[in-house]
Amino acid sequence: MQIQVSINGEKHQVDVEPRLLLVHLIREVLRLTGTHIGCDTTHCGACTVLLDGRPVKSCTLFAVQATGKEIMTVEGLELDGMLHPVQEGFMAEHGLQCGYCTPGMLMTSYAFLQKNPDPSEEEIRWAISGNLCRCTGYVNIVKAIQYAANKARQGGS
Amino acid sequence: MIPATFEYHAPTSIQEATSLLTGLGEDAKILSGGQSLIPLMKLRLAAPTHLIDINRISGLSYLEEADGFLRIGALSRESDLEESELIRTKYPILYDTSKVIADPLVRNLATVCGNLAHGDPANDHPATMLALDAEVVAVGNAGSRRIGVAAFFTGPFTTALKQGEILTEIRIPVPPPRSGGAYLKLERKVGDFATAAVAAQISLSAAGVCERVGIGLTNVGSTPIKAKKAEAFLQGKRPDEAAIKQAAQLAAQESRPSDDLRGPAEYKRDLVRVLTTRALKKAVERATQGR
Repeated sequence: MQIQVSINGEKHQVDVEPRLLLVHLIREVLRLTGTHIGCDTTHCGACTVLLDGRPVKSCTLFAVQATGKEIMTVEGLELDGMLHPVQEGFMAEHGLQCGYCTPGMLMTSYAFLQKNPDPSEEEIRWAISGNLCRCTGYVNIVKAIQYAANKARQGGS
Repeated sequence: MIPATFEYHAPTSIQEATSLLTGLGEDAKILSGGQSLIPLMKLRLAAPTHLIDINRISGLSYLEEADGFLRIGALSRESDLEESELIRTKYPILYDTSKVIADPLVRNLATVCGNLAHGDPANDHPATMLALDAEVVAVGNAGSRRIGVAAFFTGPFTTALKQGEILTEIRIPVPPPRSGGAYLKLERKVGDFATAAVAAQISLSAAGVCERVGIGLTNVGSTPIKAKKAEAFLQGKRPDEAAIKQAAQLAAQESRPSDDLRGPAEYKRDLVRVLTTRALKKAVERATQGR
């Protein structure tokens, strides 16, 4: 069936099977491969994208459900060649090792900081509790999000 | 993992949805948050041939007090409860429950009504709704009816909803003054189902005696369990240390856990005792604080 979705501000009209999962639409049809498939069982959060501004697991949503909705993927974070503060934070604080969970972590962090620009460490840990990282032990991820929060408060984007 | 093929329907009214559901029969399923259904379809444990997506029906996402009830609409998400000032301040038991369901990303899609309609004894809201004496509204082609939650869970993944009916609303009686509740869950990690969990809701009289007691148990039986003996025991009593201890023992006896990866039955039964004690104490504390 025909669906219209807007991804990172760009409108797409595509013909999909109802059983096509959103993550497959994003990666395989639209070729935006920044979004990862990790566990494929709604646990790990590697496939996190924003659906009308809210982080969701795109492996647990059909593409047809996204008709008329605004989707943002990790490719939508950077603006005019400049990294978003959350991206910068993950670089500066070494918030990744293998990088597999990073796109999901970035999207969850981005949405979380929009809602809570000055979070405590506990609130950060709570916010990313649906995103699993098997490398870092989360310490540097928390620091990366704190870096982004500080930067944004100091008048970054 | 790719689900089996199905036909997708996106009705824009409840009437349209119930007509579809009635016409398509047993092979049709309602899709609301999809956070239980889609994983089951990906594992091919479920393979409905028709999905009726109710997300395009407007007016189903609400959380409001009216006519002596807190009304939760079919499309209210778990995260809506978490973010609601009304829920945080007046219904802390619901806030407790929502924030331990799955994880924050799942809660952005998962619905409260779906948590009941799925009929999974491991889900968290059923116990809470049993403790709160909630009822649900079921709408079918012939009209709507109300079902008390105590009669709703008829077996594992089985509810009192009839073929062709959709759960459109949960109704929770607004608790009187001096009421309080709590939901306590032991889980191995964030996102896991409960090893065991207990919901307790208490209303106290001016003299400090229990006027109403509700206790619900999660994942310690083939259905969510209402701990009726424990409730009856506390009724009319002052919820002191000794009474709570006794009620918690009764609740443990009423649980029907089985051995699994989360632990042996005996351990879970004792966990029910411990969690009931703590949930009752927290409920009393909140009731005394006036919420």
